[in-house]
Amino acid sequence: MIRSAALVLSDGEVFEGEAIGAEPPGGVTSGEVVFNTVLTGYQEVITDPSYAGQIITFTYPHIGNYGVTPDDHESRRPFCRGVIVRDMARRRSSWRATGDLEAFLVEQGIAGLAGVDTRRLTSHIRDAGAMPGAFGTAAESDLRAAAKAEPGTEGVDLVATVTRSESERFSSTRDDGRPPRRVVALDYGLKATIVRHLQAIAQVEVVPADTAAADILARQPDGVFLSNGPGDPTAVVGAADTIAALLGEVPIFGICLGHQLLAAALGGEIEKLPFGHHGGNHPVRNLATGTVEITSQNHNFCVADGSIPGADITHINLNDHTVEGLRCRDLPAFSVQYHPEAGPGPHDSRYLFTLFDELMEGGDHA
Amino acid sequence: MPRRTDIESILLIGSGPIVIGQACEFDYSGTQACRVLREEGYRVVLANSNPATIMTDPEFADATYVEPLSAEVLTSIIQREQPDVLLPTLGGQTALNLAMELIESGVVDKYGVEVIGANQSAISTAEDRAKFRQAMIDIGLPVPPSATAHTLDEAMGIMERIGLPVIIRPAYILGGTGTGIAHTLEQGREMAAHGLAASPISEILIEQSIAGWKEYELEVMRDRADNCVVVCTIENLDPMGVHTGDSITVAPAQTLSDVEYQVLRDAAFACIRRVGVETGGSNIQFAVNPDNGEFVIIEMNPRVSRSSALASKATGFPIAKIAARLAVGYTLDEIPNDITEKTPACFEPVIDYVVTKVPRWAFEKFPGVSGVLNTQMQSVGEVMAIARTFTESLQKGLRSLELGRHGLNADPAEAAYDPLSDDELLAAAAVPTPERVFQLEALLRRGLTVADLFEATKVDPWFCDQILQITEERAALTEVGFEAMTPRAWKRAKQFGFSDEQLGFLWNMPAAEVRAARIAAGVEATFKTVDTCSAEFEAETPYHYSTYEDVGEVEPSDRAKVIILGSGPNRIGQGIEFDYCCVHACFALSEAGYETIMVNCNPETVSTDYDTSDRLYFEPLTEEDVRNVIDAELRSSQIAGGPGIAGIVVSLGGQTPLKLAGVLPAGLVVGTSPESIDLAEDRERWNALCARLDIPQPAGGIATTVDDALAVADRISYPVLVRPSYVLGGRAMVIVYTDDDLRDAMAEMAVSGSLGREGGLSAERPVLIDRFLEDATEVDVDAIRDMSGEVLIGGVMEHVEEAGVHSGDSACMLPPVHLSEATVALLERHVKDIAHELDVVGLINVQFAVKQYGTGAADQVFVLEANPRASRTVPFVAKATGVPLVKVATRVMMGASLADLRQEGLLGRRANGDHISVKEAVLPFNKFPEADAILGPEMKSTGEVMGIDLRPGLAFAKSQIAAGAPLPDHGTVLMSLADRDKAAGVEMAQVFTALGLSIAATSGTAAALSDAGVPVDQVVAKVGEGGTDVVELIDGGLVQMVVNTPRGRGSRADGDHIRRAASRNRVSLLTTASAGLAAADGMADWSRHSLRVRSLQEYHRGVTSDQLALEL
Repeated sequence: MIRSAALVLSDGEVFEGEAIGAEPPGGVTSGEVVFNTVLTGYQEVITDPSYAGQIITFTYPHIGNYGVTPDDHESRRPFCRGVIVRDMARRRSSWRATGDLEAFLVEQGIAGLAGVDTRRLTSHIRDAGAMPGAFGTAAESDLRAAAKAEPGTEGVDLVATVTRSESERFSSTRDDGRPPRRVVALDYGLKATIVRHLQAIAQVEVVPADTAAADILARQPDGVFLSNGPGDPTAVVGAADTIAALLGEVPIFGICLGHQLLAAALGGEIEKLPFGHHGGNHPVRNLATGTVEITSQNHNFCVADGSIPGADITHINLNDHTVEGLRCRDLPAFSVQYHPEAGPGPHDSRYLFTLFDELMEGGDHA
Repeated sequence: MPRRTDIESILLIGSGPIVIGQACEFDYSGTQACRVLREEGYRVVLANSNPATIMTDPEFADATYVEPLSAEVLTSIIQREQPDVLLPTLGGQTALNLAMELIESGVVDKYGVEVIGANQSAISTAEDRAKFRQAMIDIGLPVPPSATAHTLDEAMGIMERIGLPVIIRPAYILGGTGTGIAHTLEQGREMAAHGLAASPISEILIEQSIAGWKEYELEVMRDRADNCVVVCTIENLDPMGVHTGDSITVAPAQTLSDVEYQVLRDAAFACIRRVGVETGGSNIQFAVNPDNGEFVIIEMNPRVSRSSALASKATGFPIAKIAARLAVGYTLDEIPNDITEKTPACFEPVIDYVVTKVPRWAFEKFPGVSGVLNTQMQSVGEVMAIARTFTESLQKGLRSLELGRHGLNADPAEAAYDPLSDDELLAAAAVPTPERVFQLEALLRRGLTVADLFEATKVDPWFCDQILQITEERAALTEVGFEAMTPRAWKRAKQFGFSDEQLGFLWNMPAAEVRAARIAAGVEATFKTVDTCSAEFEAETPYHYSTYEDVGEVEPSDRAKVIILGSGPNRIGQGIEFDYCCVHACFALSEAGYETIMVNCNPETVSTDYDTSDRLYFEPLTEEDVRNVIDAELRSSQIAGGPGIAGIVVSLGGQTPLKLAGVLPAGLVVGTSPESIDLAEDRERWNALCARLDIPQPAGGIATTVDDALAVADRISYPVLVRPSYVLGGRAMVIVYTDDDLRDAMAEMAVSGSLGREGGLSAERPVLIDRFLEDATEVDVDAIRDMSGEVLIGGVMEHVEEAGVHSGDSACMLPPVHLSEATVALLERHVKDIAHELDVVGLINVQFAVKQYGTGAADQVFVLEANPRASRTVPFVAKATGVPLVKVATRVMMGASLADLRQEGLLGRRANGDHISVKEAVLPFNKFPEADAILGPEMKSTGEVMGIDLRPGLAFAKSQIAAGAPLPDHGTVLMSLADRDKAAGVEMAQVFTALGLSIAATSGTAAALSDAGVPVDQVVAKVGEGGTDVVELIDGGLVQMVVNTPRGRGSRADGDHIRRAASRNRVSLLTTASAGLAAADGMADWSRHSLRVRSLQEYHRGVTSDQLALEL
């Protein structure tokens, strides 16, 4: 049974399709509409907490082909608002899969829209910028109203909606014969793949986003990790202050939102990108080596170039020359805007976890 | 790291003739490389023996050597040109193998030539299977258990150790020649023997078979800074066991999770780094066990490949162009992405559509060949289709094949499966053949399940389910019916890829009515853009494909446009020559200020490069799809207030576009009118025309029934030539000598025969029956006539093989060597008269048979046929004469006169030197050992080469070297001739013995030679006569050349054995007396004069015999 549905953007543009996934209350789902260009890795994307508040449009038409597996969840549940695809696979094929993607969406209460001219939608967002929208089986007028009412992600503290309420410990999987380090990871929307990479070098304690600097330092970590997370870094209450208090006390490594928050703590400025970077193919130049890494990215905000006192830019995006990484000159802290852990995406940048390990090697930085 | 300034000149090696496994993808890659390297300011020296390529156009290189691709010839070129570097990675396996020879023989060191792109160690690590395997084991990548063998005994031991089934692959081969899967030791022994023979170094790899695993390919690029990117992933619909060139393949990979994909990506980079390809593209193949994800690496090509061409067209990322830039020092991040213009080429393309490649085979041309697909590539061409979903792209791909299929079944041809029971059909589908995908759909329609299909075929359940969705949609459409179609239902049907023809079939109504109703419902094709980035960035390159979505992306344009319809998939009879013509038309029109619009579906070609035309539509060449393009372009003109479409060119792409001429909007087709084209094809009107012009024809008639045919034959007497009208390449054309043979031939052409698919026989498409002129010389003439009536003779070509051998399979010489001036003048006069009478505007090709009586008696000339369109020989003529025939013809079609073009300078002086050009056909018999290697009226060659020299014999000798069967200068010639050829046999045998070769002959031939006083060194038994027979002699390597002419009628089994043995052992094989005589001339000339290489540019400036004397 086809359930006709539509997406209405806040600028009035309408995209027709059919409802898939969960049935939202009132037949309306709203959020900020963004697109992601990955060809594989839809499950990791959907379960990435950084998509909190957003409706994800997949540009690749066939989504769900290889089903879902618990092994590929990036968090305890999806935090995105909805999923828009051209074609939702009705039959999966993979030895790894334990279920179908659509069934998973239903189970997780995520609504979706299929049959959409996602290329038209993507082109529109590219030209007009990421914007709020609403989709569902409700009347177009209701969708229009919902799209108008949707606040989007700017100025909204979405981290509070995704962070853990209790800290959680993960034992180390380090197998190079050296003692594992101790890392405290601030959960702004932490991905499971990042935890796995940290575990390879350290025992990891993941703590809620609002954990105070003193509490963190009281755990006597060898390093602090600032995680990825959703939305606008300037809206994350208290985070920059906490990081400022940690700077110089302990080696710090940040990814994505963690990178933006580190920059903010250093006094840097944050800008919103027109439609963000969401995909697995962004070329980033490592300025130290000159080589190019193909990276996984997912962010709508970025650090303004030249705005960070006391830090050097280490990586830049070759597509739009935005800042992709920084390192403090006199303090043991560095961060990248992209996702070196991949999940999904290329493995080109995993060396950064080794750099973090080496940074912690420096010992007591107090 | 910018471009290297320490080098000035670059030698680029092309891939030679089109053969199975190495087709025009290397014209695409070589052409791109030539363009880029010249743009970078380097002097480019090109070597390629294939005259039908764009890359061998003199303007694409500074020095173009259309010379045989052998190490000796390349050494001469290196001596003359002193290039700084050699780039061998864009000319397929041929170029790579030659580079290895030049490295190993010390030539590159001696002349200080640096090999760029891939070095010796990288080439040998990738190409030598044992080394490759060890290299992969060294870096921890899994490979299937295997071992190499150099002898049959060794091979048998390995098979027993590894356990069956095993896959056997010869080392240093292309297209998987000699590769196969053995399920029994007996099969293994046969395949090992064949493989050891096929490998130039007598080495085979025997490996555990992983047939049934999923097969993937990654197209990887690496630069000198060690940046690596994956350009494209490809998943094969056909699992392991079918050569990837024979598989339906899909981009991007569909059934790999990111976790699994990234493992393969890491493995691919580890592989390219270990092998040591420093710059450029490589293709890396993996097999994945569908049950547990276990993977193995199968092979890597350290060069641009067929898959690279596909990946480039599939993503818009121009691999060859970028590989060329990387080879001269750039890094990926320094090269801009042409399509976005703003972002660098150092990224991984993402696509928002599905690409399906479907191969096209030519089994119908090789009776006796099983048609079963295996690990040796057998297809002769391919199509690619782009659409938003797999179902839509699969159906588009299948209708692009031009095999009379309108999509995935739902057409008249699907009835072929009706007689089979479910079990029979499932059993048939379990064996991979070209029919498999159609069989899968038929099975699902009968209610078999995806699980049933997977079990029988190992085709991934995801693909089977997609096919099932087409089946279900079909059922829904039938149930809903035409009357009840809503706009939404129309759109949905089209989104599943159903053509209007298929819908018409389902509803039992004409496709035209379907189309009209659909358009009335507001459902029309929308054109999206191939942009490398899924719309993340704005695309600057209008490279489009059709689909059914909300909006299209064709930009308004106010320029005068010309649409050029391409030639579709390569096939025997219609290949790269026609792509050459279409591309030249693009260039000429572009130079004349038109906006050029190309429509084609062949991913291997230059025509489907986005920078060949102003706009590229990657579309099937069917009425529906072409009309969609026309509609979109008309709309684009209307919006911009432009003048619209100034013309549609249909006469340059072979039969494919020509067949569409009648259904295109009247008045838009430029050049010779469809009416005139029809006049030349319509037998009665053509006969009347010839009578009017007083040009003799062989007696003949037309028939649509067997009785008619017998009556015609009775009237004109045997032997007769029988052929269907409206086909290219002499499809199903035969010479028959008796009533029984004639009945067989007619049955073959009826709907039930293999030709049924191509349209069958009908009143509109009768069979032509002509008296066959034995021992006549065939002559081809290419000419151009303009609107003012002036006729330009492009070239007169004398065939080496006599009439009766298809012109595409015959060697020919330009200018003619054995025709008198008076005869040539008469032929030219006839051509002019015919061109006038047909009111030709543009190209015309006329074929004649000339009966020569010698000793002062006038030759007798018969016209065989005229085709007012581009012929296969046009590129050859252009290379031989230096006149850009297609460019001239295209401008003439658009209204320019030859006089105008002379003034403009486009039509320049003909090369006026003393050189002779020989075109030779290249035949695929070594790929089809079961087929008889005999030439006849049905074309069988896949490609051609050109030999140029100042002496006819040397030009012929060069053409033979280039075709891969060099004339011997020592050893034994085996002769076995039909009675009528024995006089010619004596003549050639005298030359052979004078040159010091010995003669072996079968008894009858030996007797004739001895009678004439020619010493015969060995009389050999026919097969089964006892003693050393001919086949044993050839297999034993004791024969260096075979001249075997078939004995007209009767048992041909013996000749068949001889020819098979010759082609199996790659011994020069001549099957006509005239070819034997030409060879004798060539060998005689060659013994007195060394082969000298000269560039096309020199020949076009004019090389005379006087100059040659000075050089000596």
